[in-house]
Amino acid sequence: MLAVPLARLLGLGSIIGYLGAGIAIGPWGLKLVQEPEQVLHVAEFGVVLMLFLVGLELEPRRLWAMRRPIFVWGSVQLLGSALVIAPAAMAFGVPWPVALVAALGLAMSSTAIGLTVMSERNLMNTTAGQSVLSVMLLQDIAAIPILALVPLLAAGAAHAGGGDGWLGAAKAVGVVLAIVFGGRLLLRPALRWIARSDTPEIFTAASLFLVVVVASLMQAVGMSMALGAFLAGVLLAESEYRRELETDLEPFKGLMLGLFFIAVGMSVDFAVVLAQPGLVLAIVAGFLVAKAAALAAMARLMPVPLAERPVFLILLAQGGEFGFVVFQAAAGAGVIDARVSSMLVAAVAMSMLLTPLLLVLADRWWIPRLARGARPAMKELDEPQSAPVIVAGFGRYGQIVARMLFANGLSATILDHDAEQIEAVRRFGLVAHYGDATRLDLLRTAGAERARVIVVAIDDIEQSLELVDLVREHFPRLAIVARARNVQHWYALRERGVELIERETFDAALLSARSVLELMGWERHHARTLAMRFRQHNLELLEQMAPHFKDQAKLIALAKAGRQQLEELWAQERAAAKSGTPRAAWHAPAAGEPAAGDESKP
Amino acid sequence: MSRIVVVAAHPQLEHSRATRALMHAAGALPGVDVRDLYALYPDYFIDAAAERAALADAQLVVWLHPIHWYGMTPLLKLWVDEVFSFGWAYGPGGHALRGKDLWLAVSTGGPEHSYRTDSYNRYFFDAFLPPYDQTATLAGMRFVPPLVLHGAHRASDEQIAAHAATFAARLASYPDWPELAELAACEQPEVPAGARPPSEDA
Repeated sequence: MLAVPLARLLGLGSIIGYLGAGIAIGPWGLKLVQEPEQVLHVAEFGVVLMLFLVGLELEPRRLWAMRRPIFVWGSVQLLGSALVIAPAAMAFGVPWPVALVAALGLAMSSTAIGLTVMSERNLMNTTAGQSVLSVMLLQDIAAIPILALVPLLAAGAAHAGGGDGWLGAAKAVGVVLAIVFGGRLLLRPALRWIARSDTPEIFTAASLFLVVVVASLMQAVGMSMALGAFLAGVLLAESEYRRELETDLEPFKGLMLGLFFIAVGMSVDFAVVLAQPGLVLAIVAGFLVAKAAALAAMARLMPVPLAERPVFLILLAQGGEFGFVVFQAAAGAGVIDARVSSMLVAAVAMSMLLTPLLLVLADRWWIPRLARGARPAMKELDEPQSAPVIVAGFGRYGQIVARMLFANGLSATILDHDAEQIEAVRRFGLVAHYGDATRLDLLRTAGAERARVIVVAIDDIEQSLELVDLVREHFPRLAIVARARNVQHWYALRERGVELIERETFDAALLSARSVLELMGWERHHARTLAMRFRQHNLELLEQMAPHFKDQAKLIALAKAGRQQLEELWAQERAAAKSGTPRAAWHAPAAGEPAAGDESKP
Repeated sequence: MSRIVVVAAHPQLEHSRATRALMHAAGALPGVDVRDLYALYPDYFIDAAAERAALADAQLVVWLHPIHWYGMTPLLKLWVDEVFSFGWAYGPGGHALRGKDLWLAVSTGGPEHSYRTDSYNRYFFDAFLPPYDQTATLAGMRFVPPLVLHGAHRASDEQIAAHAATFAARLASYPDWPELAELAACEQPEVPAGARPPSEDA
């Protein structure tokens, strides 16, 4: 509970916080928990829930559309990584069954970390995000054959390991089909029946129960619980309960995932690490590099956009919790000994620890460098322009102004300093020139000497004030129409003598307020009149406060007084209207309403 | 504040010839305040207090507008509704406009002969004056015989210019108008306090 905010504060992401907490309270830290495996089991449910929610987000159609990335690229990643790691291990003299198990286990990636990071960064809809998801889904599916394979590798597999493999596979397929068909038929009616009970808690409990059932079914046949949950989620993705399920289960997911990461932190067996630090570090570095190499090649082929590649690489190169399962199964079957198993587990856990750190580093250095390199350089405005209007800033604000001008036959020279923005609007047929409007020479080229109006629609406050200062100094006859981002900006513009200023959200907000009044029963025209009066009062207050805008205390006092005055006045009017007496009005009452002698003055 | 206030209300001044010409002619005279309502209140949000203040010192109030559908243009009507309030222009204590003169300076599209019983406007033009007349009277103002330009659409530029000159000359010579000498003072009718219903809305 302490670690997460601390980690977030240091910019390291909540995952590191949880992992750190796990290490701290586990057997190697404060020894508060001695048997991390138990916690890990329970916390795995977090991963299961997460995959259920991921499935919920996905539509079956999209899943089917993704079958190629899943099976093709997913297999490429898994086999490719394994094929790099295994021979490398054998080259170091590791016996081939061990090498194979290690390779397959290490090729896995952490679904928990991967999906958490992607949803935190809103990457789910990007190419990289979808690719990562596909690979992870394939890894989950591949779990069956891999686990079936493990006992086969055991030297002297006396017990029915071989037979079990095929039967197990058949059972697994059977369960998947049962879930898919049963789900389509049973799930929605079941949920409908539950929803009818009208108790939200029951619905939540039922949904959790649903996920548990499906997961257990899958586990019973030796398949990944997470995959089962994912399938269930996909089945429900098109149901009317999707939103409710999401909102109900989201908090649990967060909790269990947190627990999961804590458990991972706890299960890092530092004894093994300390015994052979060099070897463990070599394993970590080795498999990370091997996987990263395979992934880099994949990224180029898929292709994944340049700016997204770092995240793609880092998320998939790390080892995954499924590796734990593989190693434990292998140790159980005698393919690898306990010592090797612990080392591999430690390696995987350490790679998971490293991942968030690597992401932070990528954020700070790698991604910005990629972003800079990717943008093509744009040519600055150099031809003299002579339109009567200059529009500086071609975002949402400037575009509306410009379109209105063009519609009325006026020509305008448009300037913007964002190359991407200019590219974007060029596609819509709007022409903007690239350049920094706060440079005098550029303003001259844009025709500021002869133009009659300049619209300052830049969103950066400092730059807009710089521009206004420039215009007032060098082009005094150029009329200024300015956009104010907020009240302080308004004051600063007013101080510079700009008269025609609009606060960018003010009138829109008033229109929304009118809608609310209408919904609450006010007559439409009445709502409009009230909004106009509010607007006028607000503008007058603003003018009143302008001379004091640098004095925070005075501003607050004036604002409060103004607000109070308006509220009291209108409360009086409402009361008078109710009681039926004609009232004194500050301004004219609406048409048709009587008013007593108008002695009051504004 | 000015002795003569011209309240002009043309909804599409960009297309106007007559009203605009008269506005310009009046604006050039000293002591005349021309209030272009559609320019002052394009959003139809009238500052009634400011309007009342502008009328405070006026002796002659002129309503300058094109006749639309036999009456005044919408913003002028809103202006009358909101500015001539109960208790200011009429009713108990409503003496603010008492003793002033109201003069209509209007233009019509139809020619003069269309305002006849056998023509498409079916009435003589004065048939449409009682509402103006009574409005003035209730506010205690003398309703001065209006200045009307008929057939303004077809009028030539010279005719319009001549009309504008007449208008300006009359403003300049106010109150030495022959018709004013014969016009009796206005007896402002009494409107009792209960004549207006109490405000019904919330």
